[in-house]
Amino acid sequence: MNNYELMVIFTPILSDEEYAAAQKKYVDFVQENGGTIVHQEPWGLRSLAYPIQKKTTGLYWVLEYQAPSDLNAKLTVQLNRDEQVMRHMITRLDKYAVEYNAKRRAGIQQHAIQKEFDNLNA
Amino acid sequence: MATKQPEIKYLTATRIEKRQKKYCRFKKLGIKYIDYKDAEFLKKFLNEQGKLLPRRITGNSLKYQRKLATAVKKARQMALLPYVTDLLK
Repeated sequence: MNNYELMVIFTPILSDEEYAAAQKKYVDFVQENGGTIVHQEPWGLRSLAYPIQKKTTGLYWVLEYQAPSDLNAKLTVQLNRDEQVMRHMITRLDKYAVEYNAKRRAGIQQHAIQKEFDNLNA
Repeated sequence: MATKQPEIKYLTATRIEKRQKKYCRFKKLGIKYIDYKDAEFLKKFLNEQGKLLPRRITGNSLKYQRKLATAVKKARQMALLPYVTDLLK
């Protein structure tokens, strides 16, 4: 069971219910195929750095999950088939990444140390 | 007899500018994972056009510069960072 992180950009024309429904669809898909959801984080509407499919905003959604290694292939097929999804990316998380995400969720600002360090030097 | 070259006296002492030793901030702070979702942090390593700064400027070690590069490329793919822009900062 490896740790993965899926980030999806939905088209901005989705209403809130469709947005929630789309998230639920993929959460159920992962759970049905033997994966377990670690954390789900909808970022909502954000402006894109460059237009994708002539749209300048997108609904971001981040999902962290554990899954057997064959699940991602099926997941990408689903994502490619879905028109609501403009772009998606699945990244594999190593142990430092998992620890980082856990720490981030626990509210310890990873780069707060960086800020302290900066004003220490400044 | 070679005339002794008069010593040049400067008004102010010549200050040899001591260049601050560069360090890899990831090693010093013990940051092990560079998150591609954190665009603000990644922007510190990009120039105005949004291009990656070289190691000799950022002072990163090779291992973390590569992790940083993959994180920036992932962020660009997910439209968190632009591929090319002007006046990014």
